[in-house]
Amino acid sequence: MTIKKISKIQPEVFEFSKENLLESEKEIKKYPKNRKGSAILALLNLAQTQNDNWIPLAAIKYVAKLLDVPYIKVYEIVTFYSMFNMTPVGKYFVQICTTTPCMIRGANKLVNVCKNYISKNQNQLSENKLCSWTEVECLGACVQAPMMQINNDYFEDLNEGKAKEIVQQLLEDKFPEPGSAKNRNNTAPENGKTSLLEVKNA
Amino acid sequence: MLKDEDRIFKNLYNDFGWDIDSAIKIGDWSLTKDLISKGRDWIIKQVKDSELRGRGGAGFPTGLKLSFAPKEVGSRPHYLVINADESEPGTCKDRDILRFEPQKLIEGCLITSYAINAHTCYIYIRGEYFREGQRLQEAINQAYNKKLLGKNACDTGWDLDIHIHYGAGAYICGEETALLESLEGNKGQPRLKPPFPALVGLYGCPTIVNNVETIAVIPTILRKGAKWFSSLGKPKNTGTKIFCISGNVNNPCNVEEEMGIPLKDLIEKHAGGVIGGWNNLQAVIPGGSSMPLLPKSICETITMDFDSLIKVKSGLGTAGVVVINKDQDIIRCMARIAKFYKHESCGQCTPCREGCGWMWRMLERMADGEGTYQEIDLLYNVTKQIEGHTICAFGEGSAWPVQGLLRHFRKEIEKRNYAEPLVKKGSNIPYLIDQHLLEKDNA
Repeated sequence: MTIKKISKIQPEVFEFSKENLLESEKEIKKYPKNRKGSAILALLNLAQTQNDNWIPLAAIKYVAKLLDVPYIKVYEIVTFYSMFNMTPVGKYFVQICTTTPCMIRGANKLVNVCKNYISKNQNQLSENKLCSWTEVECLGACVQAPMMQINNDYFEDLNEGKAKEIVQQLLEDKFPEPGSAKNRNNTAPENGKTSLLEVKNA
Repeated sequence: MLKDEDRIFKNLYNDFGWDIDSAIKIGDWSLTKDLISKGRDWIIKQVKDSELRGRGGAGFPTGLKLSFAPKEVGSRPHYLVINADESEPGTCKDRDILRFEPQKLIEGCLITSYAINAHTCYIYIRGEYFREGQRLQEAINQAYNKKLLGKNACDTGWDLDIHIHYGAGAYICGEETALLESLEGNKGQPRLKPPFPALVGLYGCPTIVNNVETIAVIPTILRKGAKWFSSLGKPKNTGTKIFCISGNVNNPCNVEEEMGIPLKDLIEKHAGGVIGGWNNLQAVIPGGSSMPLLPKSICETITMDFDSLIKVKSGLGTAGVVVINKDQDIIRCMARIAKFYKHESCGQCTPCREGCGWMWRMLERMADGEGTYQEIDLLYNVTKQIEGHTICAFGEGSAWPVQGLLRHFRKEIEKRNYAEPLVKKGSNIPYLIDQHLLEKDNA
């Protein structure tokens, strides 16, 4: 369970863009006819992407109306799931995994980089309002630790220097190349495979 | 060491490419029609004979689970749900299957759906795996284009639709009933069992929930035969498994190996050894954060399979091996895991909601050396009050790692936390004004 702060500055209206409205219809169709409510998570995800990574109260109302479910039910879902932000987080939202497997490989150094370059505290916007950062729980890329997620992309095998480069690019409004910073072959051992040796690069 | 020809996930590192044509080249979707035409009972019998156990953590026999689905479809449709909500710290195997072996999963979905009479299959992916979900969606679209899904899928006469459902960052949604709640559009809070999902699951209909890896190995088992699969590994712990070796090793990696491989081999041969040498090893978490850690003395000889690890009071779990060397503060590591559970507790059952926070706060204090020696027993007491008193297995998952720490590293904690307690047990508490009322003579 996480404590969520609700932004004091709220837009008055929220509406899906045309593409998102089509997308949301597709999402609703995935579920049986009388089970529209199943699409809440998908629609909230769309709303969050459309609204620069955060969900205003107006969007909650809008989704509730669209799906015919009570407002409070959508509200409770937004507060329950940790991926939904209720305050602005900036165009680039940096999430650093600090759970044990990442921690013992130096995730705290990445945290320090963010503290020094983005903002002093987590969930606080940088001076140019482009970026914010937060510590999160396991992101499921443990063999490529330490790592961080920026918006939808994973940045793996980082170290202090690489993290600094990435953060500086973000602050200049550039999106760096995602993936492994060591250019390794996905999750294979770094200095050469130990299995599937007969398999050559096709 | 496992021979390459016996490895199921040949494209684990994306050497061939993930698209459907490359997947067909390495053997996916071959003979699928023949396999399905042999009938439901044959499929379930083969899975039972292969002694495949669920790869999601609990190790429940998969064949048995499939056989729980009602034989005939009644008034309610059947569903197959794939659990791709991989959030266990130390585990990242499903991500590689979703990225590089999606066709194995999709083929597995078709075969399993046929076996349990389901026409709809939902794949629940954690929200953070957005790119992996996109990849899977592309793979599903490719399969639709080749008529391997949809109406009369793969020319078998069976209709199947696969939908992807994204989660939104809740570890608890990896629990099967919480996953179903989340899929229905509710908060992910586990349901009471029974009724089990096999009878009353998604939308109240019979539902089988399985892990990605479990489903993805089924087509290969059917093609190569149950005997081949059960000849690998140990009795009752058969087959191959993807191990994720992370933490303080020289080359962290994912690797598919035989069940029952010695832990030492896994670390030395595949992961390039512990940083600082084998003697620098402090402890290993063998199966994702929920499983109690093992000290070095046990790591020397232990083999990685469900039953051997249960014998040393741990478990294989999801086979996410986290190696911790002596440069790390073991109490701090476990305190961080306790914080993970504090953060992820869904808040439904009081022992877990409150207890996880207690454990975390106590461990943080103990890591700083601010605890008293009596608190060590108190901490153990707290873990015992969480374990077994909750609706789902999250209670056990959060209590076991702390119990493991107390079991194997008690001396370490005692060395740091030696202070006398402020208030001793059994003595009168001076600031309790009504103390006399508590004493028997005055009662």
